[in-house]
Amino acid sequence: MKSGIKLFFYHLRKNKVGFAGFIVLLALIFMSYILPYFVPLDMETRVNEIFKPPSWKHPLGTDFQGRDILNQIIHGGKDVMNVAFMAGLISTAIAVSLGAVSGFVGGKVDMVLTSIADIILTIPHFPLLAVLAAFIDFKSSVGLATLLGLLSWPGAMRSIRAQVLSLKERDFVEAARVLDLGTGHIVFKEIIPNMMNYIVMNMIFSMRSAVYSQVGLIILGFVPFTSTNWGVMIHYAWSRGAIFFKGSLMYLLAPIAMIALFQWSLVSFARALEGVFNPRLRGE
Amino acid sequence: MLFVIYVVVTFTFFLIRLMPSNPVEVYIEDLMTNYAMSYDQAKNLAASLFSYDIDRPLWLQYLDYMKNLLHGDLGKSIVSSNMSVSKMMATFIPWTIFSVGSALLISFFLGVILGRIMAYKRGSVLDHTLTTLASIVTAIPSYLIALILLVFIGIHLKIIPLKYLRGAYSPGIKPGFNLKFILDAIAHAVMPVTTYVISTVGSWMLSMKSNTLNVLGEDYILAAKARGLREGTITRKYVGKNAMLPLVTSLAISMGFVFGGSVIIENIFSYRGMGWLLSSSISTRDYTVMQGVFLVITISVVLANFIAELLYAKLDPRIRR
Repeated sequence: MKSGIKLFFYHLRKNKVGFAGFIVLLALIFMSYILPYFVPLDMETRVNEIFKPPSWKHPLGTDFQGRDILNQIIHGGKDVMNVAFMAGLISTAIAVSLGAVSGFVGGKVDMVLTSIADIILTIPHFPLLAVLAAFIDFKSSVGLATLLGLLSWPGAMRSIRAQVLSLKERDFVEAARVLDLGTGHIVFKEIIPNMMNYIVMNMIFSMRSAVYSQVGLIILGFVPFTSTNWGVMIHYAWSRGAIFFKGSLMYLLAPIAMIALFQWSLVSFARALEGVFNPRLRGE
Repeated sequence: MLFVIYVVVTFTFFLIRLMPSNPVEVYIEDLMTNYAMSYDQAKNLAASLFSYDIDRPLWLQYLDYMKNLLHGDLGKSIVSSNMSVSKMMATFIPWTIFSVGSALLISFFLGVILGRIMAYKRGSVLDHTLTTLASIVTAIPSYLIALILLVFIGIHLKIIPLKYLRGAYSPGIKPGFNLKFILDAIAHAVMPVTTYVISTVGSWMLSMKSNTLNVLGEDYILAAKARGLREGTITRKYVGKNAMLPLVTSLAISMGFVFGGSVIIENIFSYRGMGWLLSSSISTRDYTVMQGVFLVITISVVLANFIAELLYAKLDPRIRR
């Protein structure tokens, strides 16, 4: 018998793309959360080193204030990932609780909750976020993450509701009900563990959409972020003319590559997880 | 559907009036301090711009707002004074309809064709390459694709002259129904349209592929083959139609998504459509324009969803009751 973790890696490795995504995701997390402890942030302006092409001293060149780009790439991921993770967590928490209630209780409650979800689902999110950004001052990333989470739960909520509806009729839930184990026990001990795969995947997908909206808002300059951040780097590369010089292209391309890699690794990891959780998709 | 529109309209009303930094109050303050107006003068000007009376109770203001909205009156722009918001939007809307519309169509049909090829040649090198490409492009945010295209095609490789990458048409050319203007407008639309197509075609390809594979396993395909129907007929009339059906509803979702992306992408290419107008009105705090554009974008997406549902019922006799 193989242990759980070993089994997890065994099935993960079967999906080559998914495994690659998993490795890239780990590498990005390592770079953004561990490396900054060893490489100090250097934000000193050096007037004589503005927009320098890549060299031994600056492997990715320098930005419009003569600061090292690689240094900023290393320090710029944490913010993006933090917001994505928090937004994903909030959105998933709402989706799971409302989805479970909606599916389990049914009736009027179900109708009200699903119509709220439908309304939020049809409103285009990015214009809404942009408009809200004009009124709300996002001083911290927590505020932004909360708003992103509050907007992105409906899709996940609907698929969790559908899951609950189908699980509710299964024998083991029926058995629990006959044993009079209580709604709380049935929901948290019987139903939710059985749809962990849906929950994890929905969380990853809402993280992905959180990255999209967050970086988009930063590029347009609607969210005042002062710290180093991949999105802020793109914003400056775009607004300070780095795109017009061959030597400074890395200032734009490096953060773009990082965000694209992060998004891609999230999606492929989620697809691979589907295979790990769902034995029917594993093939031989 | 009408209910959703009503919710959006009401939400926008309260968003502008009840936020801690009420734009109407801010505007009045601004007029008083910077233009040395009396409070009454400033209030009257603000009332005419937002087209409602501040002194009246909130629920009457709300009724006024709804009434004006039904008449297509969205007030006047704060920044470009005396310009009515609906007239202003009328000059921007055609560009978004043109670029987003053509992009959605190109992307849809390209995705359907490629997806079908992938399904028929499944397991081949072509299928693997296209599947990988499609999943990579879907993962990258559309505005990053726009930036990459702009930097490489426009600035460094100079495939398309930079002047076509800014604006919706060249400054010297007068809009009108002549060849010169039409060609110029198309040249300016190439980049935004390409961006939308690249960022959406991947998901069409992938869903068309999986739908086609599902349909190919259906019994009625086997029956059609057994009846000796020609391969071409089966591909077009049996497989194609059934695999495309579920995609029709996604078209509306995709439209909402592209509209959202256009806020950033039109900004990157300075393409003067609704997305550009929304982001510029947000940066200049032109609340009346912002409210108008947001309402138009949201209502059209809601309508598109509604139409897609109707269309689906019309196209698929199986869900008709």
